[in-house]
Amino acid sequence: MPVLARVIEASGIPTVTVTMMPVMAEKYRASRVLGVQFPFGHAFGEVGNVDMQTHTLRAALGLLASATGPETRVDLDTAWPGDPKQAYKDWQPSEPSPIVAHSLEQIRQARRERR
Amino acid sequence: MAVDSYAFLPRAFRPMYEAVERHDHDPVWADFDTPLNGARIGLLSSAGIYLADRQEPFDVERERREPTWGDPTLRIIPNDVTQSQIDATHLHINTTDMLADMNVAMPIARLNELAADGTIGSVSPEHYSVMGYQENGAEVWRITTGPEIAARCHASDIDALILAPA
Repeated sequence: MPVLARVIEASGIPTVTVTMMPVMAEKYRASRVLGVQFPFGHAFGEVGNVDMQTHTLRAALGLLASATGPETRVDLDTAWPGDPKQAYKDWQPSEPSPIVAHSLEQIRQARRERR
Repeated sequence: MAVDSYAFLPRAFRPMYEAVERHDHDPVWADFDTPLNGARIGLLSSAGIYLADRQEPFDVERERREPTWGDPTLRIIPNDVTQSQIDATHLHINTTDMLADMNVAMPIARLNELAADGTIGSVSPEHYSVMGYQENGAEVWRITTGPEIAARCHASDIDALILAPA
């Protein structure tokens, strides 16, 4: 996503990135970053929680309007309303993604070769 | 509250992200000089959303065969889309909540409400959807997908784009 943000911003369209990993957006030197401590796949909030989604969106728009220079980060002061442990489980896919499965296999292979 | 970027990340993944160096390229910047209540806003999500009845799903079968590849193509989501029209393909997140309420990742309904109450000027006639996992595909994003989104933003007179990685 930082790749797209840079290309779009360079064309003259201002961008604001709403992200669960603001530290990574900072490393890629994104222009405007709104950090949210929400489970992956839920950048704007809970299912059906209109107030939470609107609050996040308003914060993104506020940052858009207030930032005066690149690499501006604001963190949303909203905690995930549900049980974080359950949310941690719920956002993950039912089976490891191909790259995770591939990486795990490489680690296992390396261990086998060391024996 | 300072956001903990690793709060919802499996612990085993953390070193991989921490190892990423801060880029030495200069940041890019475009001024947002339109009053918010006159601005046209669009959305870009990497949650893998597509229109079930008229668009191809993102190619997760190839990703299963080639784990370092992610489908780098673009789907256009019209602003008048309804929840029942969308589906999502993404092998890195559970899409159940998104399929119940797309606004968790792509808040089109919320954005239209903010246009109706005068917070923003208007909503883009279209929004942009990609699928977030990219490694080998990121170069296609830089050369093809990104410029295509940018050109469409200009054609739709968008004043700013809100990006939401999934």
